[in-house]
Amino acid sequence: MEKFIQQLINGLHVGSIYALIALGYTMVYGIIQLINFAHGDILMIGAFSAYFLIGSGIPIWLVIIISVLLCVLVGVIIEKFAYKPLREAPRISALITAIAVSLFLENLFMVLFKPDPRPFPQTWDIPSLNIGGLQIEGITIVTIVISVILMIALEIFVNKTKNGKAMKATSQDAQASTLMGININKTISVTFAIGSGLAAVGGILYSMAYPLIDPYMGMMPGLKAFVAAVLGGIGIIPGAMLGGVVMGIAESMTKSYISSQLSDAVVFGILIIVLLVKPSGIFGKNTREKV
Amino acid sequence: MAILEAKNIGIQFGGLKAVDKFNLEIFENEIVGLIGPNGAGKTTTFNMLTGVYQPTSGDIFVEEESILGLKPNQTVSKGLARTFQNIRLFGELSVIDNIKIAFQKNMSYSILSGILKTPKYWTEERIADQKARELLDIFDMEHLAGVTAKNLPYGRQRKLEIARALATDPKVLMLDEPAAGMNPQETRELMDTISFIKDKFDVSILLIEHDMNLVMGICERIVVLNYGVLLAQGTPEEIRNNPQVIKAYLGE
Repeated sequence: MEKFIQQLINGLHVGSIYALIALGYTMVYGIIQLINFAHGDILMIGAFSAYFLIGSGIPIWLVIIISVLLCVLVGVIIEKFAYKPLREAPRISALITAIAVSLFLENLFMVLFKPDPRPFPQTWDIPSLNIGGLQIEGITIVTIVISVILMIALEIFVNKTKNGKAMKATSQDAQASTLMGININKTISVTFAIGSGLAAVGGILYSMAYPLIDPYMGMMPGLKAFVAAVLGGIGIIPGAMLGGVVMGIAESMTKSYISSQLSDAVVFGILIIVLLVKPSGIFGKNTREKV
Repeated sequence: MAILEAKNIGIQFGGLKAVDKFNLEIFENEIVGLIGPNGAGKTTTFNMLTGVYQPTSGDIFVEEESILGLKPNQTVSKGLARTFQNIRLFGELSVIDNIKIAFQKNMSYSILSGILKTPKYWTEERIADQKARELLDIFDMEHLAGVTAKNLPYGRQRKLEIARALATDPKVLMLDEPAAGMNPQETRELMDTISFIKDKFDVSILLIEHDMNLVMGICERIVVLNYGVLLAQGTPEEIRNNPQVIKAYLGE
């Protein structure tokens, strides 16, 4: 039982990171129906930025803020230069562009910073918690708390502010939104900005959990977060949160009870089963085609 | 002075001239009907006026200022608002949020103050909420504020679309087939609503409609399009007796 709870907490730890990253996928998909494959690399940029900033001795809270701002900037620039010109183009063109942007960022960072893995500094010394023989690491608590706060803030932002409502309106009917006075370009930029900012936080927290960073580090968490978004129902914000947590728990349970090598297989197997039973994801609405 | 004026506007899709050398003037506080057979270019004209399409020739003025080249959201801030032939509400949002989205051009708080919930955010959101409820009240829908828009009955969805367009505080309200799919009883109510809106909100109304009872009943002036060109314009009486219009509608 103790082991089970321990694994549950570990699952929540990595799951909440997946959820943070999945939000970016799902929001961007919701608004422009694009799978932004470069999203995982934003996470990598966030981690690298934090790596260098920590190295220069800046306090951790400032490191996070600067990294978030940097990723926001990169995300918005990518949208402006790579995706915006293709907004009227077939979706496959934008999709291929997203893959290209991803490869570009990975290779750019390889050229700039060498492909060798670097150890991520463990500067944030948080005491671990001991509850009834249960050892919970400090970073686990911090990760879960930060993720929950950010997700609540996002839900409030999307549902209660004009920019959030503009995002919802644009995702439902972009043309009708612009004819109600909404600036779509700005709304899309805001979406990319928020997604990239969350990915930056996700990247830093991920590097604290698995303290080895390299230019390709974004691929696997990016892929898993994407799966989490699809699992929950892509385009649906609470779906990404749930999907991430489900993935994280499934992963840590498999690692401890079945086999650590099988964990990815089990995680992706869950995706296949869910999609067979409910093709639009856990929270997805069944869209029946009208004849 | 015309509030909205289109001078010689035309648009070409490939080799097809969908609208050609079309002129239109809308004056203060009048109801103008835009009619014509199917495919005459009525909705295309709406799309040009609101910036969805850019005309390939001609110019469009709102209060003598050219709005050519503006994006749809910019024409909204110039005072043009519209509804759609097939209802395009934000179906997943609540009734009141549909209205509040259209208020956004009057809300100026920044994203940061939205996140931090500064006093400015609260004030502006409260004002928007209040105005939205007043507007819904006028359309007798205040009790439905929290309902998801797609769950409203058809007639109410039409009304909500008009209310949403009015929330942008337009000078000219453009209605694209507002009576489509309505029964005679609902159409009569709609006519009352449109006349009421004109007086209450002091707007000019341009409407596309196939229901001749509605058009003849409330329009002060009627413009007839046929194959993308202006066929006739005048009072309902003149249009009713215009041999060319009769020919276009009924054939020879």
